[in-house]
Amino acid sequence: MAELFKVLVVDDEPGMRSGIARVLKECVVSLPEMKTEVRFTVVEADSAEQGLDIIELQKPDMILLDHKLPGMTGLELLIKIAEKKIDILSIMMTAYASLETAVEATRNGAYDFLAKPFSPAELKNLIRKASARILYKRQARSLAEEKKKVRFEFISVLAHELKSPLAAIQGYLNIVHERILGNDLEVYDSMIDRSLIRLEGMKKLIFDLLDMTRIESEQRKREFTNINVCEHAKKAIEISALAAKEHNISIELQCGDNVMMNGDVLEIDIILNNLISNAIKYNKENGKVDVNIGSNNNFIIIKVSDTGIGMKEEETKKLFKDFVRIKNEQTRNIIGSGLGLSTVNKLVQMYDGKISVQSEFTKGSTFIVELMKNSQNIKDESGTQPNNILVKTDETN
Amino acid sequence: MDKKILIVDDDTDFIEQLEIMLKQANYSIDKTYSRAEAEEYLQKNKPDLAIVDLMMENTDSGFALCYHIKKKYNNLPVIMVTAVTNETGFQFDAATKEEQTWIRADAFLAKPIRFEQLKRELTRLLGN
Repeated sequence: MAELFKVLVVDDEPGMRSGIARVLKECVVSLPEMKTEVRFTVVEADSAEQGLDIIELQKPDMILLDHKLPGMTGLELLIKIAEKKIDILSIMMTAYASLETAVEATRNGAYDFLAKPFSPAELKNLIRKASARILYKRQARSLAEEKKKVRFEFISVLAHELKSPLAAIQGYLNIVHERILGNDLEVYDSMIDRSLIRLEGMKKLIFDLLDMTRIESEQRKREFTNINVCEHAKKAIEISALAAKEHNISIELQCGDNVMMNGDVLEIDIILNNLISNAIKYNKENGKVDVNIGSNNNFIIIKVSDTGIGMKEEETKKLFKDFVRIKNEQTRNIIGSGLGLSTVNKLVQMYDGKISVQSEFTKGSTFIVELMKNSQNIKDESGTQPNNILVKTDETN
Repeated sequence: MDKKILIVDDDTDFIEQLEIMLKQANYSIDKTYSRAEAEEYLQKNKPDLAIVDLMMENTDSGFALCYHIKKKYNNLPVIMVTAVTNETGFQFDAATKEEQTWIRADAFLAKPIRFEQLKRELTRLLGN
């Protein structure tokens, strides 16, 4: 990549202007850390007034500005640039280099100061620094804009996800209210059921959104402790036990050796709760869920398999994105927000881990999550004994 | 013969509501759940009108489908519907003339759709 910066030189001495122009025209600043090279074109002005016109018309990237000028001074021009919020990097030059002028100039937005007389090497050096500065600033700005864009997109999809259930419920209520299907109230029962399901879905979306915000806001302090992932999997299974029982789904937990990791309890719980509750929600009557917690040298490996409805290949590909839900007749009555797995995915990245899914349509899915045991570089002091636990929820109670 | 209406929406509740209303108004309906399904359906069928949701698998699926319909089946009237209006920058009920020519739908309705309003648009576009 190559950049071409336009430099405006404002000085009332023609010799000074052409001297600088000569140096800059031959100057190539290479910035390997930014994978770019900068060259320069020069525009000259002999007064601050003329300089200001050029700034407004030609929008140079950088200005080399003499302090002492006939008419408007260099400092006054700096103030004008600041007032007009013009995006330009300014460097002051003066033969009367005093600390006072330097301070005054930087206070008014000058990036740096060049004391006359200066050598071509000094000029090149400063130009190099200034060019890097301009590019860094632009890079940061485009990153911030990208972030804003992503945020806006997220919010417009969120608005849709919140408004859709409202519209669905309102639509059903309108039909009931206007008695479109006559005065026999029983025909409206299924609409009331659907409205209640959509309300539950909305509630879940709000909860999941809070989880996600807590994780992404970075406001919340992550508290790392030594966690036995198996114990937390047991807890997650208990939370889902009632839902499993309703559909007569059995859950088996198998724990390998050394399943301790350094993690934040809330985060690990969110991962396990989402994987296990999904395996139950998207299962079939009398189905089965296998939870397997294992490990290798550096990673905890969580495997959750179900005998559920499964997914098509193209569906698994987009599964970890925000608000993605697989919509079909089987999932119609399943309450989900489309944020659960995307949140899990974000958490997994925070543990330098991996998430993957294997799925067969109508047969079931297996989710595999790998979490680095020591993503925080705190030494694992795990001294726990290996254990093998088997929990069957269809037997509890 | 009843006039046939194609519904394209990934929200089954919305489809159900439309189905109830359209049947009451003596229209027959066919349902598809995505842009791709609708395009496939249109290769073999000739409905009298299509009701298309804006946000399906992508945030602009409805626009894309509408564009496709108007290009390939110019005589098929399209009603665009969405739950989101201002957030996407489109105020459907108050869409400007320019926006309407660009989107090229024949009517824009905000969800939830009111029965009376729907009947009015259908009569306008299909006659009695």
